[in-house]
Amino acid sequence: MSPQPAMVEVRAVHKSFGPLDVLKGVDLRVAAGEVTVVIGPSGSGKSTLLRTLNHLEKVDSGTVAVDGTLIGYRRSGDRLYELREREILRQRTRIGFVFQDFHLFPHLTVVENLTEAPVSALGRSRKAATATALALLDRVGLADKADAYPRQLSGGQQQRVAIARALALEPKLLLFDEPTSALDPELVGEVLDVIKDLARRGTTMIVVTHEIGFAREVADTVVFMADGRIVEQGPPGQLLDAPREARTRAFLAKVL
Amino acid sequence: MPLTAEPPAATSAPPGADGPETLRVVPVRHPWRWAAVAVTAVLLAQFVHGLATNPAWEWAVFAQYVTAPAVLHAVGTTLRLTAYGTALGFALGIVLAFLRLSASPFLRAVAHGYVWVFRSVPLIVQLLFWFNLAYLYRRIDLGVPFGPGFFSFPTTDLVGAMGAAVLGLALHQAAYAAEIVRGGVLAVDAGQREAAAALGIPRLRQLRRIVLPQAMRAIAPNAANEVISLFKGTSIVSVMAIGELFYQVQVIYGRTGRVVPLLMVATVWYLLLTGALSVLQHHVERHFAKGATR
Ligand SMILES: Nc1ncnc2c1ncn2[C@@H]1O[C@H](COP(=O)(O)OP(=O)(O)OP(=O)(O)O)[C@@H](O)[C@H]1O
Ligand SMILES: [Mg+2]
Repeated sequence: MSPQPAMVEVRAVHKSFGPLDVLKGVDLRVAAGEVTVVIGPSGSGKSTLLRTLNHLEKVDSGTVAVDGTLIGYRRSGDRLYELREREILRQRTRIGFVFQDFHLFPHLTVVENLTEAPVSALGRSRKAATATALALLDRVGLADKADAYPRQLSGGQQQRVAIARALALEPKLLLFDEPTSALDPELVGEVLDVIKDLARRGTTMIVVTHEIGFAREVADTVVFMADGRIVEQGPPGQLLDAPREARTRAFLAKVL
Repeated sequence: MPLTAEPPAATSAPPGADGPETLRVVPVRHPWRWAAVAVTAVLLAQFVHGLATNPAWEWAVFAQYVTAPAVLHAVGTTLRLTAYGTALGFALGIVLAFLRLSASPFLRAVAHGYVWVFRSVPLIVQLLFWFNLAYLYRRIDLGVPFGPGFFSFPTTDLVGAMGAAVLGLALHQAAYAAEIVRGGVLAVDAGQREAAAALGIPRLRQLRRIVLPQAMRAIAPNAANEVISLFKGTSIVSVMAIGELFYQVQVIYGRTGRVVPLLMVATVWYLLLTGALSVLQHHVERHFAKGATR
């Protein structure tokens, strides 16, 4: 048992797309302030699991709770009532999501990308939101790009903007879906450096990645998924160097 | 006799032998392009000369009427019809586009049906329908559906000739606008909506601030086409005796018999105003191209 209270509590989550069972009963607990890295073969359900955590994907059964609050549903007795879209949107402001392909808003400047959600979803003043945005851009090393448009930036810079955009809502939890997979190799480092800096500051994060070196360096817990299930999890030293399960060993033999 | 002059030194010295700075670039010549330019210029000059010297054009009559108060007033009416038709047509078109994109099969089918009907029936047939609406429904009641009415108007009070024209143009325009808007929205990467949803941005705001501005890149050129064809299409409402440009010109040449110069009056106004709309289009497109290039 972790001494920290759970930031994320996933219980018996099932999810299928038509006939395809993608998540076959996933349980996961992430303590506050910890970094969890999820690895596993392509198609094992890593992205789907991550997307259920902020209800971008609905679960078929099971529950997801973040910071003690059920995501997407309200419980009353033994029933779960689906929340209205407006309430789900409110819940999402507490959970940052960073996509593989950045998904920055191309028609807005970098600083407008960062202020849009704080202003429209949290009702912050534009002035306060801009001040926060500039401070965040400084933190990810892009203070001079505030008025650029996303397409004028390199991939690594765009992903750092996307991270800053997620941080602008001051989320309790940050989710990363392969944040460096769309990047040229020489740009991977600058994005991982930003994520490492967040880890040092005690941000609770779940990172899906194929960067095993990063997992070893930053993760408190590494989770290995295969075929819609969590096969094994543990501290990086144990899971990466002395895996108990044969499937984990087979996967690591391929990627290391 | 050689047909072409030998380029000096080109064959005697290997390239770069006396340094690249001494080599001159000779662009390719395009003799046929020049021939085409000459022929076109001659034809154009003949055409302009004909316009200026042929007395049948009656430029004096043209000058007399082109800024006559009756004509200017008619131009105003044409612009009003275009403006109302565009504003109402696109407002309804946006609603229809989102009905067609909605999750409800019923709403989708209704919007689809609307587009089918109003794209199928020729505009002139619709206009005559609306013009004759007063015969179809003598009175219009506002109240509970299928129940008692609270207010009641004679239809002719509500739908005059101008009202019928605007209604017809707008309903017709809405069917086309719906398809243009829908196409524009579909052209926006689904990841944009998803990113906005992940940030908790309220739904209407997602549409207004994230989706529609990007959709406008695809919408604007088609919408401009529609506005311009509506602008010319207003000439159809002359069948309803509404004093727009074409009707007014017909009235004047009916009285004076000067057909050609008065058609020219209408033509010149249509040309000028379409030109102005094209300039507007250019600026609108540039506005929505923000961030589209490096
Ligand atoms: N919206 C969808 N509709 C149908 N099938 C889907 C959908 N999203 C994912 N899938 C399928 O679910 C399975 C798991 O997908 P998921 O994206 O979660 O895998 P992943 O572990 O993230 O893989 P990768 O490492 O390639 O990103 C895949 O077989 C995928 O084809
Ligand atoms: Mg994935």
